[in-house]
Amino acid sequence: MKKKILHVIAYVLFILFAVIIILPLIWMAVTGFKTNQEMFLAPFSLPEKWVWQNYVDAWNQGIGIYLKNSVVITVLATTLSTFVSCLAAYPLARLNFKSKKVWVYLILGGLMLAPQSSVISLFKMVKIAGLYDTQTSLVLIDAAFRIPFATFLIMTFYKSISYSLDESAYIDGATTWQIFCKIIVPLSKPIIASCAIVSFRAVWNELMFANIMLQSTAKKTVPVGLMNFQGMTTTNWTLVVASMVIASLPLMIAFLALQRQFVRGLTAGSVKG
Amino acid sequence: MRKKNQKTIGIYLLPAMAMVIVILYLPIFINLYESFFKWGAMSTKHTFVGIDNYLKMFQDEIFYVAMKNNLIFTVMSVVCQIGISLIIASVLESKFMRKSQNFFRTIYFIPSLLMVTVVGITCKMIVSPSIGVLNPMLEKIGMDVSNLDLLGSAGTATYTIAAMSQWQYIGYTVILFIVAIQNIPEDLYEAADIDGAGAVKKFMYITLPEIKDTILINTIITVTGSIREYDEVFVTTNGGPGHATETLATYLYKVGFRNDQMGYASALAFFIFLVTFIIGLLQMKGYNLDEQN
Repeated sequence: MKKKILHVIAYVLFILFAVIIILPLIWMAVTGFKTNQEMFLAPFSLPEKWVWQNYVDAWNQGIGIYLKNSVVITVLATTLSTFVSCLAAYPLARLNFKSKKVWVYLILGGLMLAPQSSVISLFKMVKIAGLYDTQTSLVLIDAAFRIPFATFLIMTFYKSISYSLDESAYIDGATTWQIFCKIIVPLSKPIIASCAIVSFRAVWNELMFANIMLQSTAKKTVPVGLMNFQGMTTTNWTLVVASMVIASLPLMIAFLALQRQFVRGLTAGSVKG
Repeated sequence: MRKKNQKTIGIYLLPAMAMVIVILYLPIFINLYESFFKWGAMSTKHTFVGIDNYLKMFQDEIFYVAMKNNLIFTVMSVVCQIGISLIIASVLESKFMRKSQNFFRTIYFIPSLLMVTVVGITCKMIVSPSIGVLNPMLEKIGMDVSNLDLLGSAGTATYTIAAMSQWQYIGYTVILFIVAIQNIPEDLYEAADIDGAGAVKKFMYITLPEIKDTILINTIITVTGSIREYDEVFVTTNGGPGHATETLATYLYKVGFRNDQMGYASALAFFIFLVTFIIGLLQMKGYNLDEQN
């Protein structure tokens, strides 16, 4: 009996917490359909008329461009970092050489470096290289900061693949490159996918570098664009909300479609101990 | 494992190493060097000042305000994202919850998919005394909200931002802990059942010791994350009112990019580097690198 009561209490608390999590999201979704006036006068009710126009306006007033920029930068940075991590993890996990330990520490040491402490020097370097206000600089920086974790994840997985596969391929006369392309990478597809998803999420949401390295409005990404948008249209709040909804949808949809890969990628780095 | 010639290995390693060395490591050394100078991005002056920037830092009141705020973030994050998340995860993993686990953990996880910009602007709008919905709600349940401006008053702003961050990330660590708990062999719990151990005992004597590595790593990630704290503050208050919500990172941004005191900002940046690096060394230990090689 006592146990039953405890279970009910637990359920109530969990539902309450779920409500706290979900309420702001519902508020956001609903407010995006209201007129500005309605938002002030009837903040708690459903919109009298669902205003799709907010979304159209939000798209036309900039969020469309920001989304395009974000997609380009995120796809490029994710592809680049995942690709070079796949390459680097291979000798570190499966070949023997003297200086291996140094390289492992060098790459994984990157996990300890806070982007915040490099931002000033990177700003200076980017300016000197003539890459200020280019999306190239952002792609390179975002990709580089994803490499340590990606390499760690992929390396750990490569190690779990049986070495007898390589051995028999060697005997058949395969080169290292062939083994890498035809055996190791195909077998590692799940972890590479998870890894790409985790990097995608990080780059997609990245704010600090995007804010500092890009100046032209036309080049900005969604996180920075939303900030500007909010600064510009302090009178038209529902428009801001509509753009936030648009900005949030891609990752939400991706998560619902790829939930398993998401969770594997997020957990792999912290469970492996 | 085969011995391979250096050249082949170099081709695999080169792209990643080049990027990591140039973009991750080089800036740290440049930053250390630049912190001994007085300079700005807008001026051509570049004067050697020795350790003046560091002396200035330790005499700067805002530096201590920022450290205090980072500490608030750290404590709140560890309590919520480690402590409370662990409890939530282990309750969700207990038998009576298993059926609804997927529902709860999916809902709890959703906020961590949102951009901090989205969460920040939403939070700003919700708690705003002029356009928000929180104050009217509190008024309905009989609270006096005439002076309540959660993000606008120095006393409450930092806690509000930190709370917002917990709202966003608790579900994230819940999933990490659930997966770790699922890796514990079931028979440990069965043996405990036979011995008649209750839920609390099982949590203390089986769950906690079995997932201590995960707890350690997540604690370190949470702590370093709190010391790096930038996004949430930048989006909501940008350090204000006054400098009440400043963190080390937002302050460094302001000093460098607003006031153009790049040398001083470099000193602040190096301080963040040192603190997170030392804590990060513990993280490396947590990953058991030596065992892996």
